[in-house]
Amino acid sequence: MFDSLLSFAFVAQTLRISVPYALPALGATFSERGGVVNIALEGILLIGAFATTVGTYYSHDPIIGILCGVAAGMLTALLHSVTSVTFKTDQIVSGIAINLLALGITKFSCQLIFSSSSNSARIPGIEEWGVLSSIPILNPFIVGTAILALLSHFVLYKTRFGLRLRAVGEHPAAVETLGLSVSGLRYAGVLISGALAGLGGSWLALDQHSFTDGISAGRGFIALAAMIIGKWKPIGAVGACLLFGFAESLTIQLQGSFAATQFVQMIPYVLTMVVLAGFIGKSTPPAADGIPFENG
Amino acid sequence: MKKFRNILLQLLGPFLSLVLAFIVCGAFILVVGKDPFAVYGRFFSETLGNPYGVGQILFKATPLMFTGLSAAIAFRAGLFNIGAEGQLYIGSFVTAWIGFTFTSLPAIVLLPLCVFGGMLGGAVWGAIPGVLKAKFGAHEVINTIMMNFIAAALISYLVNNIFAVPATVHTPSISDKAELMRLDQLSAIFKGSPVNFSLVIALLACAFLYYFLWKTRQGYEIRAVGLSITAASYGGIDVSRRTIMAMTMAGAFAGLVGSNFVLGYKHYFELGFSEGVGFIGIAAALLGRNHPIGIIVASLFFGTLEYGSLTINTIVPKELVNILQAIIILFVIVLTKVFDRWIKVMNRPVETIHV
Repeated sequence: MFDSLLSFAFVAQTLRISVPYALPALGATFSERGGVVNIALEGILLIGAFATTVGTYYSHDPIIGILCGVAAGMLTALLHSVTSVTFKTDQIVSGIAINLLALGITKFSCQLIFSSSSNSARIPGIEEWGVLSSIPILNPFIVGTAILALLSHFVLYKTRFGLRLRAVGEHPAAVETLGLSVSGLRYAGVLISGALAGLGGSWLALDQHSFTDGISAGRGFIALAAMIIGKWKPIGAVGACLLFGFAESLTIQLQGSFAATQFVQMIPYVLTMVVLAGFIGKSTPPAADGIPFENG
Repeated sequence: MKKFRNILLQLLGPFLSLVLAFIVCGAFILVVGKDPFAVYGRFFSETLGNPYGVGQILFKATPLMFTGLSAAIAFRAGLFNIGAEGQLYIGSFVTAWIGFTFTSLPAIVLLPLCVFGGMLGGAVWGAIPGVLKAKFGAHEVINTIMMNFIAAALISYLVNNIFAVPATVHTPSISDKAELMRLDQLSAIFKGSPVNFSLVIALLACAFLYYFLWKTRQGYEIRAVGLSITAASYGGIDVSRRTIMAMTMAGAFAGLVGSNFVLGYKHYFELGFSEGVGFIGIAAALLGRNHPIGIIVASLFFGTLEYGSLTINTIVPKELVNILQAIIILFVIVLTKVFDRWIKVMNRPVETIHV
């Protein structure tokens, strides 16, 4: 068994599984560092996957599909920012509603476009890109995710925008005093999270060559958990996603040989609760996370 | 006069939300080339228009009352229970397990035991995030979401690997002594619809929550914690204890869902039976402003939507109703904010406006 764990295929599988966790988890750091809790990531993954499927289906070009996925993700995120930033509603409730909306819209449209509410027609995947994707570890999505993780770290910690975004999540009133727009920065954080989660959805659809109902399967929520374990930091969040990806590959490897794979499935969730309770290092959210900013 | 106007404004928000949501969804129906009036017409005649439909609505509304109460007691304590889904899953499984295991018990013992077991299962599942919040300050939103996933995995193990009837995803049937009577056995009105005595339990639970929140000291303390933790603890209230209590009760309410599905309808526990009622319950609590009477009304409304979705499926995909539900929630939260602000402005004493 341990031979198979160290094999090249196992590593490749772990990386592949981690991608759709890592992209929304990176997105979550932007949204939450700006002070907006985004549990709509689950719905954004779904919508991103669906838009990618439709775009690819009609254009036969996965690149167009990916663009559609990212755009749809941003559009959904825009809805979340309008309710939670402009109207200052409860961010959790807004997220729940958007998740429900995503579930409804994708199944509804799937039925209309593909005559089945549970799965789409087959679409071309990134295999068509030739040599780049024939090497498992150099799959463009895996490489892309790694680059995006480094880029996220750079943007959040080395740029003026990143500093301001983090400030808005800690102490929005101070940012406003500087004459900066709290809402503008929060919109930016949420929209970036939408783009990244939409891209995560693209990968789900292209990897599977189709859209199936509920394709996100709770990954948006696990991404949030990964962000918490990663202490609201991009690299930490991706690290936690790799851990979850490892646990999931393990359940696939153990299938059959071990009856209770369900217990391996629980690892990420239990781990998150343990970390949240402060048993393994303290993970503290930004001070103004989840609190609408009331000016004046 | 002023109070009357405020209540009217508060009711206007939800009402306007419903109207707007139906209009937006009507536009959706138009876009896909169908006639919104035909869809809505069929929707209302098949649900509210006949006794069988009404029975179905009551059946669909019952679990929403339980999960609505679950969300409401947590909201009243200033907590967010997204975990009703997991709590009802655990509770319903325990209900079924007692029902098919202790079959030699007489009905008078077995039936209450099943109901109580469901409450207990849900209560334990709700108490864990409550304790983690009270003792370690761990946010209950994330923890209840995690508990939902853990519940799903645990129950999947218990059903698939231990208790499943071969080639199915459900447990054996409970003893017929544990079955809750269907209401159509009392009156021919609901003929054939699955509404059952669980509805009575739900209404009693609503009455209990009203009594508890507004007529008991613990209820008062929970509301005080929800309004202001600092003020409550300054007033000598044990905030930790009330936090744990609210989450435990939230779990217990959610755990009662099994009485409707397991004891009153299918008579076994089936994987994936709940179809998200834990989440719609949050919407019911929100629309009903966390008040038991509001929750009953909102549950009936969402129950109508749930059953109505099945009746229009021949014209438009039934998922239209998910879209409708989501749009209603979005309008409700936005308009509530807007109207609350208006009420605040209108109630401001005249002098302070010029300061």
